[in-house]
Amino acid sequence: MFEIRIHSRGGQGGVTAARLLALAAILDGKYATAAPFYGAERRGAPIVSFVRLDDKPIRVYSQIKRPDMVIVLDASVMDVVDVLQGLKSGGKILVNSQQKKEFSGYISSNVDLTGIALKENLVVSGSPILNTPVIGALAKMGIVSVDSAKKAIREMFTDERNVKAAEAAYREITA
Amino acid sequence: MKKIATGNKAVAEAVKQAGPDVVAAYPITPQTEIVEQIAEFVSSGELKSRYIPVESEHSAMAACIGAGITGARTFTATSSHGLLYMHEMTNWAAGARLPVVMATVNRSLGPGWNIWAEHTDALQERDTGWLQVYVSTVQEAYDATLMAFRIAEHNDVLLPVMVNLDGFLLSHIMQPLDTVEPGDFVPPLNLPHAIDTKNPAGYGGLTGPDQQFLIRWDIERSMRDSAKVIEETEREFARRFGRKYGFTEDYRCEDAEVIVVAMGTLGKEAEVAIDLLRKEGIRAGSMRLRWLRPFPKLELKGKEVVVIDRDYSFGRGGILATEIMAQTKEELFSVIAGIGGQEVTYENIADFVRNRRRGTEFWFGVNTYV
Repeated sequence: MFEIRIHSRGGQGGVTAARLLALAAILDGKYATAAPFYGAERRGAPIVSFVRLDDKPIRVYSQIKRPDMVIVLDASVMDVVDVLQGLKSGGKILVNSQQKKEFSGYISSNVDLTGIALKENLVVSGSPILNTPVIGALAKMGIVSVDSAKKAIREMFTDERNVKAAEAAYREITA
Repeated sequence: MKKIATGNKAVAEAVKQAGPDVVAAYPITPQTEIVEQIAEFVSSGELKSRYIPVESEHSAMAACIGAGITGARTFTATSSHGLLYMHEMTNWAAGARLPVVMATVNRSLGPGWNIWAEHTDALQERDTGWLQVYVSTVQEAYDATLMAFRIAEHNDVLLPVMVNLDGFLLSHIMQPLDTVEPGDFVPPLNLPHAIDTKNPAGYGGLTGPDQQFLIRWDIERSMRDSAKVIEETEREFARRFGRKYGFTEDYRCEDAEVIVVAMGTLGKEAEVAIDLLRKEGIRAGSMRLRWLRPFPKLELKGKEVVVIDRDYSFGRGGILATEIMAQTKEELFSVIAGIGGQEVTYENIADFVRNRRRGTEFWFGVNTYV
């Protein structure tokens, strides 16, 4: 089982990112569960959502404590939340950032999802859309296939700019 | 196209395919997404139902009763305090022998103000004459809802059916969902005692001491008969659509010395705990109870039993543990865990088994192991 924790702020689409990722994995023929953690969240507050991927049906419903990967959609969350908490040694961390940040003992990647969203004019209610480009970055990292990533995005969004943003993130991610 | 859906959306999909004539809806967290999605189906024309946005849950059930007595297929959904508010009418729906189908997204009862998973809401309905099934996956939420219409409306049953899913843990998570073309799997409803709206008449409902017990006995007779209908329906579902269900879902029970009994998502997570325990040489199995009413005869003879209750009856004990104690001589280890969404992991469940003590009760997070 491969477990992913997504850090974002309320309203940034972290829950939808989890859903897109799970759908792409299912299209790859895997089993997946996407679970938001529902608390007293509100727009702008740090939130987490979870994705589990496996070749077998998933029977675990409790929260992910030891993720294999952490995705940070909003780097400012790192000032207030320990995003590395529980991350397995040698685990992956993907940060939405122009600059690469090294995390000792982990494999770190970064991609400027915000810049890509702004370039594609993917903005809703003043917030850049991060959840479709991040799927492109995850395809590059081999978490899901490129085909399934695109299919999943097209299943959930009609605007083709979402696919273009994902393609941009696929090209621009820095490992 | 493979789909992904939340537990709530899966229920709404099944309702769309069963095609109720009337849906009465009042929102409450964490159920709201079900009635919202059905409203969209009705608005888009995908579902041809009369959608009644009522002013309360009491009215929601009353509307299902009013429509139901004309022979209409009816559906509603609720949670927690909504279900409690409905309680007078849930009794009436069963007593009037109306096959209402309702999804209950199980949630704690206040105070405190808590919106997370617990089974005490639905368990307070156990004596009303409703059949109750508890599910553990998004797919099962869909399958059980579809089957609920066929079971409720079978003329050997004619009792309402409640499909229970854990608040947030299942209602709001996304998993793969295969939908089916039900065809004639859910045949048209033929309510033998439907009133004829074209020939209005007045009835006096006063029932004397020489009759009332017969009405109550008739509910129990049908409840007993419903076991066969459930078996037949689940068998036919498996034949047509390939997915098998039963009164319980048993996991590695055959040679088990100790069995964990639980409902809902905890019952599924318990399977992972069983795998852990087996690796340690503990011969454990799990039995996820699906149908609470009618209550099945559980195969627990000679086994040690650990029952996990996400509910409680004050002054008595875990409700599921109490039900099981009524049919077995074995002394149980009764665990109270998951109240109000309390986090319970498979590692915690494995600990319950490792530290079990027959004949005692253990409140997770309150008591310490001895």
